Amino acid sequence: MSREKLVVIGNGMAPGRMLEELFEKAPGLFDVTIFNAEPRVNYDRIMLSPVLSGEKAYEDIIIHGDDWYRDHGVTLHRGAKVSGIDRVAKTVTAENGLTVSYDRLVIATGSLPFIIPVPGHQLPGVLAYRDLDDVEKMLDIAKNKGKAIVIGAGLLGLEAAYGLKRQGMDVTVVHLMPTIMERQLDPAAAYLLEKALTERGINIITKADTKAILGTTRVEGVELKDGRILDGDMVVMAVGIRPASMLAKEAGIAVNRGIVVDDGMMTSDPNVYALGECAEHRGTCYGLVAPLYESARILADRLCGGSGEYGGSVVNTKLKVTGINLFSAGDFAEGDDREEIVLRDATAGVYKRLVLKNDRIIGAVLYGETADGSWYFDLMKRSVPVTEMRDTLIFGQSYQGGTTLDPRAAVAALPAEAEICGCNGVCKGKIVDTISAKGLTTLDDVRAHTKASASCGSCTGLVEQLMSITLGDAFNPHAVKPMCGCTDLGHSDVRRLIMAKQLKTIPAVMQELEWKTSCGCAKCRPALNYYLVCDWPDEYADDYQSRFINERVHANIQKDGTYSVVPRMWGGMTSSSELRAIADVVDKFEIPAVKVTGGQRIDMLGIKKEDLPAVWADLGKAGFVSGQAYAKGLRTVKTCVGTDWCRFGTQDSTGLGIRIEKFMWGSWTPAKLKMGVSGCPRNCAEATCKDIGVICVDSGFEIHFAGAAGLDIKGTEVLGLVKTEDEALEYIVALTQMYREQGHYLERIYKWAKRTGLDEIRRQIMTDTEKRQGYYERFVLSQKVAQVDPWSERVSGKDKHEFKPMSELKLEAAE
Amino acid sequence: MNTHMKSWFDVGSISDIPRRGARCVKTGTMTVAVFRTADDKVFALEDKCPHRNGPLSQGIVHDGCVTCPLHNWVISLETGRAQGADEGATLSFPVRLEGDRILLSLMPQTAEAVIAAE
Repeated sequence: MSREKLVVIGNGMAPGRMLEELFEKAPGLFDVTIFNAEPRVNYDRIMLSPVLSGEKAYEDIIIHGDDWYRDHGVTLHRGAKVSGIDRVAKTVTAENGLTVSYDRLVIATGSLPFIIPVPGHQLPGVLAYRDLDDVEKMLDIAKNKGKAIVIGAGLLGLEAAYGLKRQGMDVTVVHLMPTIMERQLDPAAAYLLEKALTERGINIITKADTKAILGTTRVEGVELKDGRILDGDMVVMAVGIRPASMLAKEAGIAVNRGIVVDDGMMTSDPNVYALGECAEHRGTCYGLVAPLYESARILADRLCGGSGEYGGSVVNTKLKVTGINLFSAGDFAEGDDREEIVLRDATAGVYKRLVLKNDRIIGAVLYGETADGSWYFDLMKRSVPVTEMRDTLIFGQSYQGGTTLDPRAAVAALPAEAEICGCNGVCKGKIVDTISAKGLTTLDDVRAHTKASASCGSCTGLVEQLMSITLGDAFNPHAVKPMCGCTDLGHSDVRRLIMAKQLKTIPAVMQELEWKTSCGCAKCRPALNYYLVCDWPDEYADDYQSRFINERVHANIQKDGTYSVVPRMWGGMTSSSELRAIADVVDKFEIPAVKVTGGQRIDMLGIKKEDLPAVWADLGKAGFVSGQAYAKGLRTVKTCVGTDWCRFGTQDSTGLGIRIEKFMWGSWTPAKLKMGVSGCPRNCAEATCKDIGVICVDSGFEIHFAGAAGLDIKGTEVLGLVKTEDEALEYIVALTQMYREQGHYLERIYKWAKRTGLDEIRRQIMTDTEKRQGYYERFVLSQKVAQVDPWSERVSGKDKHEFKPMSELKLEAAE
Repeated sequence: MNTHMKSWFDVGSISDIPRRGARCVKTGTMTVAVFRTADDKVFALEDKCPHRNGPLSQGIVHDGCVTCPLHNWVISLETGRAQGADEGATLSFPVRLEGDRILLSLMPQTAEAVIAAE
């Protein structure tokens, strides 16, 4: 028997949720086809405002990626707007000519922005704020900064204004009514909000009626009825929405304001349902996500034969403007049969108002402090009498019956049925039970399994508190920090996957690990390049275009674009012939500054890029190689004079330092690596604040690591004591390789050690012989490729293009 | 007067610039950085970051942007504008490909003009 055909017109959040519920209840019941007028997958429209303000990217707000449609066998026609429904033939036809037949049809066409039909409303630059196309158009105009006028100070209008302001535009909001957001806020809260927005640089003009939009070929401004003229490069109309019910009306389905549905979301045609903003249920058209998700659940139930009934919703509102906390729910008009409780704290900018009727909360407006919003909303929805707690009700839930300073107490005290996530209708009990039952430990897991905080995200804090209460110390809210905006994976995951999936090029990593940008960014590319250089030393071709300029031209860029050059001086030892060669180079190339560095080297500063190869050629003739003073790699091994000269020296610290440096030069590490070898505990080489240091003692060599003397100051930790110089070298090399293989790019060794644990490092290097030798051998292998002097390579002509201009124009000749 | 401003200069071949890299063109009065992206588009900006005059030609090129080597400002190759929270713009110059030859005009274009032309 062939499956029933379910066709869905519209690919927004409501039908997306309905299908999720349907696939969960009855997978495979229907053969599903979706028509989407937009050329995209299902994304979170609530989050358009953060996209507009630049706080999120489109990729961050996708709900169903391509694989979701594939995995559920859904046919998605993108950019296919349906033009007609034939209810007799039971088919729908799209503008592109495609006709598909259905057994059941769901109309989820959403809503259309209301555009005030004033003169000029069709000019280019007049935009609505409904979908990603609108956001992209706004961002495009916002690139020029300039001025934006937003008509309408409702939820959407204010979020648009905030986003455009964040994009650098000069923003004015004009609003017909005397106070802003009058449908959600009482005048007192509206005043506070207006003040906060004005402080953020947004101009707000109330009681302003738009007469005309000005401009000839595109928008130039707005004229108000009182004669005022405002300049603007963009006009955003956010005065309201109306259900997109035309398609249903033309098909002869009963339509009032929206498409009329019964409690089972069925229209006047029993084979046709309507869902989302286009539907009208018991005289109400909803525009917020929570009631739409509730009705989506009912429709999914009906489609698989259930008898669920949608009884309408009480809604609440939160404004998504960073730094402004605002909550409103229910009915807060004044009236004879109503009482109100108000709390104001002018200095803290807090305003709370509860409206009571028959001893029950029927409305709440909270500004500045909204943590108790979900508690009040819960009391309101359940119609709980508040007589007993009336005196302290306004102070919030944590004030009821007890005093505790634990911020989690309020959440802990919530009943299991209290709603935490308003968008998705998820209550506390479900979140807590799911965390325990599935062993969830990360916020992403909880979002995936319960949907809590997965839509607008404003309840994320509450969800994290629930996780913290349920999991105790096992919950770490900052578990994984993504490498950069191009990926959600952290450094450790990327390193692990490079090895596990045998990824050996940057494009392979980006493809396999689903990078969100086409070629990465200046944060991830150098990191990936290092990981690949480290993990596949004999196979990976170093990508110079992914290296920071210093590592590309083997010198250090200075503030004026010139470079400094630091030749290697092994262990800090030099000679008259070396110094003479440096002096000659300084004279020949008129190098303006010469400085002795903290790492016992000589730095020549102010060299023009074009001169670098010639400078290196002269230094090379004197036997110098690059000091890699620019590298995330081995920099210097600082030494004291040891037993050669010092009357306190216990070992040949200079000799050991030179030996280490000659063995390890050229190696790349996650961050720079500086070493020191001191010949006695007086520690003249300052080895105990280095990345790796050695203190020589009579009985051998004490190996230290994980010191810091930069942004952080930290003495080293002792790795262990070894008896011979050979052992010292082997253990240091093994430690370095362990750090090379596990460190995050730009993570100095002391941070890596803290993350990994000192005992674990000591165990692997000092006591696990097999591990130590493995590390040592891998380092030796990698050095075979790495130990090539970059200067002599470039003197011989490598990367010539780096050092010469492509062209020099003789402009006077063009006359 | 200033006739050179209007003409196109052949400044080299696209193969002279590494992919995701840049080369400099010196005009006597300033340096222009000519960029080549991963998908072989070319762009030209004055070689001066709007922040502290860092040489943009030395930065890492990614997608349609370059990250300045001095303080990591991200500059749009197309408009010369600083991205993200940073504000400022460097001069951008018309540049086009004829076959594999790169033709550069020294008549700077404003970011507004670049966007309007799209």
